[in-house]
Amino acid sequence: MKVNIPTPLRQYAEKRDAVDVPAKTVGEALSELVARHPDLRKHLYTSDGKLRSFVNVYLNDEDVRYLADKEATIVSDNDSLSIVPSIAGGSTHWRCK
Amino acid sequence: MLKISQPDYAALRKHGEETYPHECCGVLLGKMDDGVRVVKETVRCGNTRSDSPENRYNIDPQELIPAQRKAREQGMDIIGFYHSHPDHPARWSNTDLQEAHWFACSYVITSVEMGIASRTHSFVLAGVGEEDKRFEDENIEVA
Ligand SMILES: [Zn+2]
Repeated sequence: MKVNIPTPLRQYAEKRDAVDVPAKTVGEALSELVARHPDLRKHLYTSDGKLRSFVNVYLNDEDVRYLADKEATIVSDNDSLSIVPSIAGGSTHWRCK
Repeated sequence: MLKISQPDYAALRKHGEETYPHECCGVLLGKMDDGVRVVKETVRCGNTRSDSPENRYNIDPQELIPAQRKAREQGMDIIGFYHSHPDHPARWSNTDLQEAHWFACSYVITSVEMGIASRTHSFVLAGVGEEDKRFEDENIEVA
């Protein structure tokens, strides 16, 4: 299946915008991705092996966190996985700087 | 440096006026070329922070999936984001930095004072990871 890599992480994946990996589940696809591009690991996972809170993973148009089987969800070659770091912020604390 | 066309620049500033007193947000699509980001298109997003929309913004990643797909189909990338600061300066806040994760992308901030867009500044998220990330000022070239 295809895994889409967001702009900031491409430097850790040989500048590719997408990587094709053989996988039966979402979890396998992610493991295969970091096996091929080990530099991605620390940007995607915390030191105890959990996906970082700001890293969103979408299977086609669905957030993997909200899929019934989560990372164990079965995938096919035609599916695509997208890694999307979150985008947020605000003017709240500008005075505290 | 960030290069942006006059219509795109005007559009992102106008967006902030339209959503005032709430923050607006959107995505910049274009090309990244040796430290120069060239905006080809701006995509408006809805601000999903309904709890405090006047001083927080949040782009639903769900909205980024089609933006990313569109960029890819047209040979572009997501090269940055924009948002507004209603009645606050066009400087990044600690919250902005903490919640920024798109390295080497531009974060454009427009100050909207009393409903009128005033200054617009751009910052690049620099560093190699969460530990050493920082915002660096960048010039905006409007052409
Ligand atoms: Zn902000």
